[in-house]
Parts: sequence; C-alpha cells; structure tokens
Amino acid sequence: MTTTNAKALLSVRKLRVDLPPGADRQYALSDVSFDLNANEILCVVGESGSGKSITAGAILGLLPERVKASAGQIEFVGQDLLQLDEAELRRIRGAKIGMVFQEPMTALNPLHTIGAQIGETFRIHTTLNKREIRERVQQLLESVQIPDPVAAARAYPHELSGGQRQRAMIAMALALEPDVLIADEPTTALDVTTQAQILKLIRELQARRGTAVLFITHDFGVVAEIATRVAVMQNGILVEQGLADEVLNRPQHPYTRSLIAAVPSLVPGPQREVAETSILSVAGVSKTYRSGGFLPGRRRVTHAVRDVSLALPEGGALGVVGESGSGKSTLARCIVRLLDIDHGKIEFDGADLASLRGQALKAHSRRIQMVFQDPYASLNPRRRVGEQVATGPIIHGTPRQQALDKARNLFELVGLDPAAFNRFPHEFSGGQRQRVGLARALALEPRVLVADEPVSALDVSVQAQVLELLADLRKKLGLSLLFITHDLRVAAQICDAVVVMKNGEVVEHGSAAEVFTRPRHDYTRSLLDAVPGRHWDPAAVIRSVDAAAAAVADSGDKLDSLPPQTLKYGTLHA
Amino acid sequence: MKFFSLALRRFTAALPALFIILSGLFLLLQLAPGDTVDALVAQVGGGDPTMIEELRKYYALDQSTSTRLGDYLWRLVHLDLGQSAIYAKPVAEVIIERLPATLLLMGSALALAIFFGMTLGILAARRVNRWPDSLISTLGLVCYAMPSFWFGLMGIFVFAVWLAWLPAGGFGTVGAGLTGVAKWLDIVWYLVLPTVTLALMFLAVYLRIMRASMLEVMTLDFVRTARAKGLSANRVLVRHVLRNALLPLVTLIGLQAGTMLGGSVVIETVFALPGLGRLAYESVVQRDLNTLLGIVFVSALLVIAINFIVDLLYARLDPRINASH
Repeated sequence: MTTTNAKALLSVRKLRVDLPPGADRQYALSDVSFDLNANEILCVVGESGSGKSITAGAILGLLPERVKASAGQIEFVGQDLLQLDEAELRRIRGAKIGMVFQEPMTALNPLHTIGAQIGETFRIHTTLNKREIRERVQQLLESVQIPDPVAAARAYPHELSGGQRQRAMIAMALALEPDVLIADEPTTALDVTTQAQILKLIRELQARRGTAVLFITHDFGVVAEIATRVAVMQNGILVEQGLADEVLNRPQHPYTRSLIAAVPSLVPGPQREVAETSILSVAGVSKTYRSGGFLPGRRRVTHAVRDVSLALPEGGALGVVGESGSGKSTLARCIVRLLDIDHGKIEFDGADLASLRGQALKAHSRRIQMVFQDPYASLNPRRRVGEQVATGPIIHGTPRQQALDKARNLFELVGLDPAAFNRFPHEFSGGQRQRVGLARALALEPRVLVADEPVSALDVSVQAQVLELLADLRKKLGLSLLFITHDLRVAAQICDAVVVMKNGEVVEHGSAAEVFTRPRHDYTRSLLDAVPGRHWDPAAVIRSVDAAAAAVADSGDKLDSLPPQTLKYGTLHA
Repeated sequence: MKFFSLALRRFTAALPALFIILSGLFLLLQLAPGDTVDALVAQVGGGDPTMIEELRKYYALDQSTSTRLGDYLWRLVHLDLGQSAIYAKPVAEVIIERLPATLLLMGSALALAIFFGMTLGILAARRVNRWPDSLISTLGLVCYAMPSFWFGLMGIFVFAVWLAWLPAGGFGTVGAGLTGVAKWLDIVWYLVLPTVTLALMFLAVYLRIMRASMLEVMTLDFVRTARAKGLSANRVLVRHVLRNALLPLVTLIGLQAGTMLGGSVVIETVFALPGLGRLAYESVVQRDLNTLLGIVFVSALLVIAINFIVDLLYARLDPRINASH
C-alpha cells in the first residue's frame, strides 16, 4: 500500500506517538506511514479519536503535553523533523509549513487585529519593515477574497463572520508561501455555503501555488470534493490509503467501507405513504428578539422567525433545513413552547398551543417532546441518567416506582444496557448520551418528537446508528417527527417532506424528492450546490462493493485474479 | 467629552446606592446607645443637665430622626458634609487632612500587589508543577491565610524592634522639620512596612488569579495558532497569553477596591497612621455621626471612581467590550 515516492515533499515513516500512561490506549499513532507530494491534496479522514489531529501536531512538533513521538521519522526537505530542536522547528513552522485550524473564532487571538496577527508571521520570519508588512497583508487578504480587505486588516476577530475569519486564518497560514499547508478540519465549524466557498478557495490557492496540502477531516463529502489522495485512519492506525477515486469508489478495508456506508446519501429514499391529516400545524408564527437598553434609540429588533406556516402529517417526518441564523432552532423552541411566540397559531391535538397557559399547556405539551443537539450539555451532569429519564412522567403524576420501571424499559428500547440506568452522563459516549436524550423525550409517550440537530455533534458511524434508531422508533411507536438540521444529507435520508428556511422565513417546501431533485427557489439550489461531494453517492458505492463481494463469494476459483486487498476483504466477510 | 458624559452617567447610576448606604448607616447609628453629646460629656468628665440640654439643641440632636436625616441629605445635595462635633471643624476639612495617608497607602499597596502578583503568577505558570511553581504557590497560600494584622505585628517586631531597620509606626519623623524631597523620602521610609503588610494578602490573591488564568489561556486554540506561526515561547507568552490573562485580574482589582479600603483600617491602626480608616474608627467610638457619614460618602466615591477606571481599562484591553454600555 505504502507508495515510496522519491519526490515526496513530506514523508512520514513508521510514526508512533505514545499517549501518557493511564489513557484508554497506549498509543495515539502506531506505525503510520504516508507521503505528501507537492501539488496535491492528501485528505486524512477518520472519526474522533482516530489520531488524525495528532498526526498534524506531530509534524509541527505541537503535540499536547505528555504526548510524545517515540519512534519513526518525519522527513521534510532532507531533515527529520522529529530530531530538530525547538528553535529549528520554529524556523519551519509558519515559514515552510503553515497550519489552519478548525475553529476560526477561537483560533485567532480576540485582542489583536487581523492585520497584526497576519503581520506577525512576517515580523518573526522576515526583516520586512512595517510598511512592507502592511502591503503584504493587504495582498494576502485580497488573495483570499475577503470583502473589503482594508477594513478587514483593521478589524478584530469578533467583528468578522466565521467564513471571513477562516479566510484570514488561511491568509495567515499562507503568508510566507509555505511548501506544505496543514488544514485541520478547516470547514467543520462553517455553514454549508461558506464551507463550499472555503473549499474552493483552498483548492484554487493550492493549484496556483502548487502547495502540498494535508487536509484533515471527518467528512467524506469534503473528501470527495477536494482530495487528490486519501488516507483513512482508525484508532491511531492508517488502515487504507490511495487515490481519491480508488478509496472513495472501491474501498478495500472494511472500516473504510463501513464509514462510507454510514454517510447519508443525498438522494432521498423512495417516497413513503403519509397520512393526509396533519397532527401539528403551525400557521403564521412570528418571533422577534429585542435587545438593547431601555432608551428607544438603542433598541434592536431581530426577526428570528417571520410568518412561518407548516404542517406535519400524522406519522410523517418533516425536515426543517437552513443555515445558522435561519431561525430553525427558534422555530423548534417556539413549537414546544420553550419560547413564547409573538403571533400565529400552533395547532396540536385540537388545541392552539400558543394560547394555552399553566395546567392546560402542561397537559397538552407533554405529547410534544424535544431532543436537543448537544448530548453533552443537555443532560444534568450531577444526576443519574435513569432519574433524568423518569423525571418527566413523575412531574406529570406517574408514581415514582412505575416511572422508573418504565424508564428501564425505555433504555432497552433505545438500545442502552438497562444496567447503565444508575450511571452519570459523563460515563457515556456521545452517541449513548443522545440515546439517553431520546429515552428522556420518549418517557412522556409523545406523539410528536421535535429533534433539533440531534446528530450534528456525533461521528458519522454513530450518526448513522442514531438515525436508524429514530427511523425505527418512528415505525414502532407511530411517532411524527419534526427534524431540524443544517445537513442536507441527513435530511434527505430521514425526511418525507422538507421546509427550507432563510432569515426566519420559509423559502421553499415540498416533498423530499421534489426539493432535492427539482429545487424551485434559488436559495435551495445554492444550498444543494454547496453540499460537499454532491456528485458522489456513497449508497451506490456500497451497492457496487456488495455486488463485488457477492461475486467473490460465489466464484472461489476466480480468487487468484483479484487484487490482494479485495481478497482480504472478501475473506473477512465470507 | 465622551469620557465626561460616561463618568457622569456612572455617577448618576450610583446615586441610589449612595442614598441607601448613607440612610442605612444613619439609621443604624441611631440604634447604638449614646450620642455625640454623651461622648463629649464623658470626655470632660460629666456636666450639668441644662448644659447637656443646650448641647443637644446646638447639635440639633433634639429633633426627630427623620428630620435630621432629611436635613443631612438636603445639605449633602449642596455638597455640605456638615460640622464635626469632635474636631470642631467642617467634616470636609477633617477628611481632606486624613485622605492623603490613606490614598498613599492604598495606591502603593495596590501597585506593589499588582506588580509582584503578576510577576510571580507568570513565573509560576511558566514553571507549572515544578519547584518554582510549588514554592510560589505555597508562599501565596501562606500570605493569603495569615491575617494582615499578624503580619503587621511581626513586621514591627522583626524589622523595627529587633533589627531596627524601619520605624515602628507613624507618618513621618515627628518634629524633624523636613521639607521637599527629604520630607517625601521620610514618609516613604515610614510607609514601607504598612504598604508591604497591606499588599501581602492582595498579592497572594492576584498571584493565584494570574497563575490560573495564564494556565487557562495557554490551553486556548489561538495560543496553538501562535505557536504554529513559529513564535518563540516567550513571544507567545508576552504577545498572546499575557493580555488575555490580565482580564480576570483587572476585574478582580475593581471588585476588591472596597476590601482594600477596609483592610487599610486595620493597617492604619496597627501602624498608627493618620488615615481615613483610623478616623472612621474614632468617629464610631465618639459617635461623631457627621464625620462617619462623610467618610462613608468619600469612600463610596473612591470605590466608584476606581471601578470606573477599571472599566475604562478593561475596554482598552478587550476590544470586544464597548465602554459605553
């Protein structure tokens, strides 16, 4: 597998990085070897904990404390980076190898201007004077196509949008035209349209300068969009690498294959029959936020949700999609009455929820429950999960013992070990916590589940499991689902109908098949165009791989003619 | 111009608090047994009832409590702090006589605490969990745990009595008739022990805050960015960590301005300094209501002023904060 390339710019050989004693495994990386050539984008892809960020850290000598590279070489223009001392490494960092980080808000110093932070690279690596540095910073900001580069240089990070900050980050990393650019999840924190722009920018800059890019991501869509070559990592081991087309379309290793299988397809599934009657209907709902002082001149009004109407069919799944700031989360909170709406109607179960108060609201609203985005923040860390699941029914008058028994059954239903009933949230993984969140919502026997980005914080394989669980529960319990997401792939997989929101308004609604294949509104079209790797269909890849595997299993006599990796895969799954 | 309107707005916002503090204190002192006249009479060793009656009338103590409170507040509106019964001078004059010693003590103690608190905090954070850190942290804990009067007394014992390096108390050599620079140097000489004593506890607090916030900032993403740019460890510390780590310290300094004023009462008593703190103590003992209220008023103004300065400083340090809000 390992391609020995004489021209490799950066070559990692049998790299091992040890974790401090007491961690859940001994090594962060074990026996990792790969080459990075000039003028290519190598995507390192894997789930959280796979060691992909540690790889980047090891190259620059920026590993966390007590994490040490213990064996192997990292060769870069004739020297082994692991053997260099701090001062020698500093001359390479920023000058020969630039780096872009994930979170553009926290990766920039909030107290310095953008111009000063980009200029700092010149100040420490070159002897340019102030005026020259200012000019170079301007050129850089122009080259990353930041709007109004003069103002951007003078702005502080908080005055720029996420996309602009990431452009500034890229400008900073490319300041001295490094040979290698390491980008660690540079688009993960961005909206889909912004992500598309940043990916395009990286590709353009890379092609123009012939830079070698090491692109770290967890998103196979991004890989399909940008990669020349791909390396797949699992638990600190590089399991597969090769040309993008090979790895994406003919994955050899079972892990790669399972990762690709977990990526939701952008092609919506077959249209399901849904009831004519709607269980929940929202009509003309508006919500505004007011901010500012008590003086009229300072007041600011934000229209978070503006005159939104939608209907959720009985037993159906309605997706609400949009970018951050589109008002989709506010809408979800209004529907479960966590927020009071300004005007409009929320009809559910023969009553207008918006006009209910006190006991009447409590009685009606228990049948609409919410699942939250962040499985870390939405559970009380000081209370046992079982109790948290049982709290809802207890508040609504179920005897304590009965509620606890029911909660135990729910644990089983959502695929958790009932023995975990008395544990605390921190003892669970992200996916397990989201299952607890689901059990908590289901404890009140809701008829409608409002799920606000329930899988956004999860790894792709865990995401697939939770989505499967949701679909399963919907069938088993006859639930109706209002699914809020920014991820169009997820929406395509789980929703029958889709509502597209922008700036608090609904710009398009229709069945999933309609919206995804024949979008009418420009905004929907731009959203769909922005989905990374939209021309790559993971479902089709898996179908063809399965077919190949079946062929292998059928004809044992043809084994000799197949490449060795396929053989390995075939025997594993026989 | 913007500065003054901002200052004025701050003061206006503090007016209700000032009113509540002053009225509360006024009423509280009515509950204490005895009044100014009792204290005066006790000093001269007794007097006949008609004279006491006259005195009460003279100081308007025969009026009802509410009338007197109303009178006091009305005079305060005209910036008149009234007459001190004990010192037989306007309260404003008494306070102005005593203010310099307190301001000097507070100012120098604050400067000392901030400077050494920051320096030691940075040192400890750079060598975290190694011996310099352990040493600094332990010393900080000791300084924080010990009451400041104990440090004062020990300071006097060691440096004044035993070693005879520094004066034991007072605010300048009595009867030396020094002028100009010599006089100032003399005062500095006398202030060394009290300043260090008062500063020690605050130094310990600032050191701990500085160390903790340095360590926190060092884990943030932008520090990694700075290192990835190829900055040296020292440059990362000075350019990127320090200013961010200063923010919690600045907040704390503003919050503790009042505490420091309280702490100076103890120190002034231990070192016999003619400051505001001791004046307050004497006024309570002698039931000199006007002086006490005057002191409270001036200290409140002082705390408001310090907090205002801290807010301005904060806005300078952190571009995300807009000072006009």
